[in-house]
Amino acid sequence: MKAPLNWLKDFVDINVGIKEYVNAMTMSGSKVEGVEDLGEGIEKVVVGRILEMEAHPNADRLKVCKVDVGSEVLQIVTGAPNVKTGDLIPLALVGAKLPGGQIKASKLRGVESYGMMCSIEEMNLSRDYLPDAPEDGVYVFSEELKPGTDIKEALHLDQVVEFEITSNRPDCLSVYGLARETAVTLGVPLKKPDIRVKEEAGGNASDHVTIEIENPELCPRYSARIVTDVKIEPSPYWMQHRLAAAGMRPINNIVDITNYVMLELGQPMHAFDFSCLTDSKIVVRTAREGEILKTLDGQERKLDTSMLVIADSQRPVGIAGVMGGENSEVTDQTRMLLLESANFNGASIRVTSKKLGIRSEASGRFEKGLDPENTIKALDRCAELIELLGAGKVVRGIVDCNMTRKRQDTIKLDPDRINALLGTDIPAEKMIEIFRALEFEVDPNTMMMKIPSFRSDIESVADLSEEVARFYDYNNIKPSLLSGKESMRGRKSYKQRMEDVIRNTMCACGMNEAFTFSFTSPGVFDKINLPADHPLRKAVVISNPLGEDYSIMRTTTLPDMLRVLSINYSRKIETARLFELSSVYHPVDGEELPEEKSVLTLGMYGVGCDFFELKGVVEELMTAMGITSYEFKPEREEPSFHPGRTASLMVIKSDGTQLKAGILGEIHPEVAEKTECPERTYAALFEVAVLIDASSHSRKFKALPRFPAVPRDIAVVVRDEVYVADLMKAIVKAGGEILEDVSLFDVYKGSQVPEGMKSTAFALSFRSADRTLKDEEVNTAMEKILKSLEYQFDARLR
Amino acid sequence: MNIGGTAKTSSYGRSCFFVRAYYALVLEVAGLNIQNYIVGVFVLKQQLESIQKKALEKLETITDIRELEDFRVAYLGKKGELTGILKGMGALSPEERPLIGQLANEVRNALEEGISTTRGRLLRAAREEKIRQETLDVTMPGRAKKLGRKHPITIVLDEIKDIFLGMGYEIAEGPEVELDYFNFEALNMPKNHPARDTQDTFYITEDVLLRTHTSPVQARYMKDHKPPIRIICPGRVYRSDAVDATHSPIFHQVEGLVVDKGVTMGDLIGTLQVFAKGVFGEDTRIRLRPHHFNFTEPSAEVDVSCWGCGGTGCRICKGEGWIEILGAGMVHPNVLREGGIDPDVYSGFAFGLGIDRIAMGKFGIDDMRLLFENDIRFLRQF
Repeated sequence: MKAPLNWLKDFVDINVGIKEYVNAMTMSGSKVEGVEDLGEGIEKVVVGRILEMEAHPNADRLKVCKVDVGSEVLQIVTGAPNVKTGDLIPLALVGAKLPGGQIKASKLRGVESYGMMCSIEEMNLSRDYLPDAPEDGVYVFSEELKPGTDIKEALHLDQVVEFEITSNRPDCLSVYGLARETAVTLGVPLKKPDIRVKEEAGGNASDHVTIEIENPELCPRYSARIVTDVKIEPSPYWMQHRLAAAGMRPINNIVDITNYVMLELGQPMHAFDFSCLTDSKIVVRTAREGEILKTLDGQERKLDTSMLVIADSQRPVGIAGVMGGENSEVTDQTRMLLLESANFNGASIRVTSKKLGIRSEASGRFEKGLDPENTIKALDRCAELIELLGAGKVVRGIVDCNMTRKRQDTIKLDPDRINALLGTDIPAEKMIEIFRALEFEVDPNTMMMKIPSFRSDIESVADLSEEVARFYDYNNIKPSLLSGKESMRGRKSYKQRMEDVIRNTMCACGMNEAFTFSFTSPGVFDKINLPADHPLRKAVVISNPLGEDYSIMRTTTLPDMLRVLSINYSRKIETARLFELSSVYHPVDGEELPEEKSVLTLGMYGVGCDFFELKGVVEELMTAMGITSYEFKPEREEPSFHPGRTASLMVIKSDGTQLKAGILGEIHPEVAEKTECPERTYAALFEVAVLIDASSHSRKFKALPRFPAVPRDIAVVVRDEVYVADLMKAIVKAGGEILEDVSLFDVYKGSQVPEGMKSTAFALSFRSADRTLKDEEVNTAMEKILKSLEYQFDARLR
Repeated sequence: MNIGGTAKTSSYGRSCFFVRAYYALVLEVAGLNIQNYIVGVFVLKQQLESIQKKALEKLETITDIRELEDFRVAYLGKKGELTGILKGMGALSPEERPLIGQLANEVRNALEEGISTTRGRLLRAAREEKIRQETLDVTMPGRAKKLGRKHPITIVLDEIKDIFLGMGYEIAEGPEVELDYFNFEALNMPKNHPARDTQDTFYITEDVLLRTHTSPVQARYMKDHKPPIRIICPGRVYRSDAVDATHSPIFHQVEGLVVDKGVTMGDLIGTLQVFAKGVFGEDTRIRLRPHHFNFTEPSAEVDVSCWGCGGTGCRICKGEGWIEILGAGMVHPNVLREGGIDPDVYSGFAFGLGIDRIAMGKFGIDDMRLLFENDIRFLRQF
């Protein structure tokens, strides 16, 4: 809400500097977004009247003028093509300051000039503010003004304060409402307007029009006045300038008056050309199926039966609270008016304006729920202004259809409860003072208060506490720290601690944490080679997305990780190692909400990155999470991954069953190409819940060995397709309990080994916890191991 | 052999037992004709002293450890000069033996000490040489271990969690795809309430949406837990804002909720002070401005003194000295009631803050898009 300072001053004395005012208002709850000084940078520019105009002796395009500036007549040379004798123009005097610089006396082609006629651009004024300014040339006043008048006064160049008004305070969407807040904030009286209407036209309003409300729950009140002898013309400068400063475009005197009243009192108004109302009737009803109305903006609007319209006996003439119809618009030919001042149900207006895509100043106010008591005051103010401007004659009386339901209008002031909630010690008298300033009627004996009709937001002691606190100043409340309350133990859940373990381990393994968007494009499934019937293609769809690219909730994080890798790759970053801990969203049949699963995603490419590097990171994670029973199985079925370079991570439950925790591997070359990732790109995806279920926080100390270990190596030749993991399992089994450790140290294929075979070499370590092992014991174990390998895998000792 | 030559030059002896002793010695050591070595104990003594002197002088000249070993063998080895003399002691009379024995031991000790000192000298020299040769250019770059980094949002969130865990809060979580009921209605924002306009919402269906704030977790938590309640709820939230330098349709919030008997607005302010000092530094001040949220009453917007200038006004705070970071207030009685908590018995406060903006402020990040782009060069700065 933009409020010109001088308009506010019609209702309250603001006797502090603008900075102090703005700060005080912000701290009492009317947040100031900014102050615009329309006359900023303009000094010593006055109204001048061109008395004479002659051709310049030395230049065809220049003219030499005599300009009356009140105190004297100055010689001015101008090149403006649009001025003539008798015009009133803005004249920058010698020494004047303009946003572009200072004005000096100068000679133009040999003729002295003692000032400069100004265009709006030279004064840095906007065309929105002065729509009548010529596209090219000096501004010419269209209203009679006294030469010498300061331009700021002539053009009402005010300071405009922009307030942020919260949705609970529609009363502050008005200059008067803000003046009320100002008065309480500054502790000065509010000057209540004294509205007087002469009602000089003959007859009674009720003789002219009948009003019917068919849906009182959607329109609790409809008040109207009739104006005759209407003369449409531009409104005076002061009104135009105030409207423009507040951000509204001046149109004509009648429309401007209705807008002016809306801005001043917060009650949207509408003027109908009375001659257009069939049967002189206003019916407030919901639209009929198939009704169409062309609104003031020239658009055909299809109405539905949920929308409230203002109709005459035949047809809609306006969409209630949203926008008037072209069929009853005020035009230059309008001679008689119906002025509407009504109250509508906020939610209904909001739905209608959303459905039609129209947000107007009126709908923005109505939807917040306005004060039904305000309709009459606004009508009277409107009538007063019409008389003041000579825009028409007001017919006696108001046709008022009031079906407002009575609402809670009293509340008890309980200072103890307010102080208890705030943690303050504010005296009751101080509270009463605040509420009286806010126009509550307080009975100091019963402490009952009458809530003003414009404060429908006040319902409970909490609301009263806020009123007290904001004028006491929140920052005067003494800080405390839940003293005297039961102390509580702060802690993370097991799951949260495990998530910390995951993040820390990833970082320790050189993986950098990424954050990606959780919505994505349905096109990503093709990029990662998911078949058309793949279950991951079933996603939660956003009904109003920012665009196709952000239109579904992701069911897999792989495309996002690949996109991040590809961005880095495209920027010539040699190596990227990333992880993300985030959610995927799977629709569940018969459930309203999808299942949100936490997923750990890893991705890497570049120096040192290969399958076993990735697997090493995963193995570290298993250790860190205390997951001891797991194995990696070759995985050939994942369409996004290289079938020969991908494994599933299986966690083994206590009953021996295996659960797939995720996959890791090289990205399928086709997917790498489609996602613009390097050829060797590695990724892994794990379901965090499965990992956490298998994890353990407890660690048990194992005594350090006291007897020496006996190291042995064994190398066997086996067929290519024998898995090292199976060989190792067999070794462990055959080695018995004295086999302490086994590790692979070499795999060899080549000239020494027959085609289709490989040599695998393992380092074994034997140790007993209670004695030094004898060579014979170890030899026996080694023999058993070799036998087992020979038997199971047809292995040959190398 | 040196020792023979030396003996020859000696021409007299003090007593016969020295003669015999020497005789035996020479027999053993040198295998020379004893007839030619008739000398006295005095001569033997002189010879021992001479050996010592010569040997010690020689030690001075030794420059490498192999030479030293040869020296040791030559004097103290099984066939060494001194050993020979000691072995020949058996030929001496019992009276003579201790005298010469003591002397020989003294010489031996002196030589051993000399060898040991020389060995020390040589080892030191060798070590110094080795050190000289293996000196590094320590200004060359280290072999980085390349730890990974946490995302700036995680870093800030971890700090915030620590602060509140220390004050006895637990961490609660809730779904991101949320029911309209928990996101709005339970928070005192019925359908078609204009306050919903301040939170441009992504809808899935009429009743399901992407949560616009972390506040629905409050509502869910109250349904399942009895006071006293102290929780923070961190998480991802969604608003229909186009992506630009200062806006993102996805961002992160932390919600806080405390419900107990006698919780005051002073408690809220005190708690937020602890939070602000913890995140932005001890000198940070906070300022509360009245505001409106449907789910709190009284409500406030909270500013912290600018981290750029400390409050005097700068480019970061646009000259204001203050930066808005969160919304807060006393839990609205309707919200408590909806959560099954009697507002006449209990009161509470709640607050919600945007982590992304705080991270941007803390680290001086000037474009929100960087947070979601994940350029490695960006991520590795934190």
